[in-house]
Amino acid sequence: MSASRERILARVRAAVADAPEAPEPTRDYLTTHTPDDPAAILDLLHENLADYRAIVHRTTADELPLLLMRLLAERGSATVLVPPGLPPEWLSAADATRIHDRSVSTAQELDAVDSVVTGCALAIAETGTIVLDAGPGQGRRRITLIPDHHICVVRVPDQIVASVPQAMPRLDPTRPLTWISGPSATSDIELDRVEGVHGPRTLEVVLLRD
Amino acid sequence: MSGTYLGMPSFPEAAKDAVHNVTLRANLRHATHTIRDKRARAVAELADWAQLREAGKQIKNRTLRHLDRYLEQLETAVTEAGGTVHWAADAEEANRIVADLVKATGEREVVKVKSMATQEIGLNEALEAEGISAYETDLAELIVQLGDDRPSHILVPAIHRNRGEIRDIFAEKMGSWGRPAPDGLSDTPTELAEAARLHLREKFLRAKVGISGANFMVAETGTLVVFESEGNGRMCLTLPETLISVVGIEKVVPSWRDLEVFLQTLPRSSTAERMNPYNSMWTGTVDADGPQTFHLVLLDNGRTDTLADEVGRQALRCIRCSACLNVCPVYERAGGHAYGSVYPGPIGAILSPQLRGIQSEIDASLPYASSLCGACYEVCPVAIDIPEVLVHLREKVADQGGKGHRLEKAAIKAAGWVLNHPAALAAGERVASRTRKLHPKKPPGAGAWTASRELPELPAESFRDWWKKNRT
Repeated sequence: MSASRERILARVRAAVADAPEAPEPTRDYLTTHTPDDPAAILDLLHENLADYRAIVHRTTADELPLLLMRLLAERGSATVLVPPGLPPEWLSAADATRIHDRSVSTAQELDAVDSVVTGCALAIAETGTIVLDAGPGQGRRRITLIPDHHICVVRVPDQIVASVPQAMPRLDPTRPLTWISGPSATSDIELDRVEGVHGPRTLEVVLLRD
Repeated sequence: MSGTYLGMPSFPEAAKDAVHNVTLRANLRHATHTIRDKRARAVAELADWAQLREAGKQIKNRTLRHLDRYLEQLETAVTEAGGTVHWAADAEEANRIVADLVKATGEREVVKVKSMATQEIGLNEALEAEGISAYETDLAELIVQLGDDRPSHILVPAIHRNRGEIRDIFAEKMGSWGRPAPDGLSDTPTELAEAARLHLREKFLRAKVGISGANFMVAETGTLVVFESEGNGRMCLTLPETLISVVGIEKVVPSWRDLEVFLQTLPRSSTAERMNPYNSMWTGTVDADGPQTFHLVLLDNGRTDTLADEVGRQALRCIRCSACLNVCPVYERAGGHAYGSVYPGPIGAILSPQLRGIQSEIDASLPYASSLCGACYEVCPVAIDIPEVLVHLREKVADQGGKGHRLEKAAIKAAGWVLNHPAALAAGERVASRTRKLHPKKPPGAGAWTASRELPELPAESFRDWWKKNRT
């Protein structure tokens, strides 16, 4: 063990030796700010996603393949990144060439891909956030980062929670987590919000009713 | 403008230039007013804001009270998850650890996520001295780095620059650091952001080493958390083979659940949003996803000294949201550079003198860089009583002595004696009233105090004499 480790810990102990005992924190804050009504929670998610300039679509399982085909075609995407566990029927109607993120793929190769389609771990209505945890339908973190266009499918209602406190127990911190609220944005120039600096400039969220 | 903060003039002197710079004041006024209004709206959305604020305060207090235990728990969890933990007592040691780790990879350049801790220790300069180029990738930090400038705000470090200035910096400097700015670059934020995207993307895609700080570290799980907006953080945290995170020891929180509080309060307090565009959370290393080597450097650098001060230790609750800067009337007029520290504004005025000590002129002046109006305490999401700490630090500075303080002390001591001796006070008042025509308008030797204050005119008779005549 390093000398600095022992020194820092000893200094911490000396510094707080006379400090009063600190109790367990009081958690009397709300676990949700939204009525427990699935339709209202879905509407709130839709509204907050759109407020952060994500493009939101609602669809059913039957119509999903056609919707994804249309979204990729409208953008003129010739290639689409696909995580290994994405349900194959989702892209069954799409014309774009499917690209798989293999371990030998370089970041430069992925940079040439037009779009990426993924699922998610869950979505949080109150903050307009989708959370990815690198599960099979989502793939590695880099595939939702490098392409300029990300389509994310959220299963309604089982992947939607109302609030951040409801999201935490459902997430596994041992997996890498990426919380996404709207497309990449900066406000560094005179606080004017500009979309798309380094992450995808376009985020489309598909709310898929089971 | 570049370089360290050592030898900076004291706050009043540094602020003098800033308050006469019309462009700077206009840039700052626009920015601080925009963001404070937005923040108030974002906070008003949560009916339980007061409870969240109190919970945040209590979580941090508990963390600090048992910091040794949580740091050891964190170390175990990070190590079990495949990371390596290093401990750095001061800036020099942290810089040496990072430089050695980078050198061991054989690389000569690194990409950086904006981090206050690495600013604080002067990591970029230390790496440069070792022949390693560190590229800042946050748009504002890029503006600061290319402009050979210093950050002036915790959250938006280039807040003091307007779009025209940014355009000029990009057009002039990008070429010497990599891909030049496109010809005919205009000053619209969209075009400027696009120029930054192109300039930085080539660096992200080839980078082998990333360096970051962290907003939080979870002791229970070993998870690190970075909040950001642009995706540059995700690039640096995901694409390189090696990731080195330099984090202050006070950034730990005990449990995974504790994050639910700060995930609600930090974005609303800092960027005035319900949530910032990206949060990254990682625990050690993950097979085949992201960096396969992860180093965590735990930084003291004055934090244990701060922890030892029972009034001042609350500054370690700070989650670096910068809400206090945006409401501060002194910051709005003086700007961030005048504070001569990485941490500007009200929080800087209490944090910097505690981390660095109050021996230097600038650090001794910082506790006075405030009107004590209390707006900073009102907005603080972890309820740091900044005015209380300011007054406490002023006392320490006064105790330390110095010319003005010696004079003030002597005057207060004399006044104390007179007020304890009523006969002497009455006699003195009579003499003062009778000789009032002869008194100077400003007493000699108290220039700083009287520069903006008039002495009250002495009445023709003392209050006691008047009372005796009229009421007895």
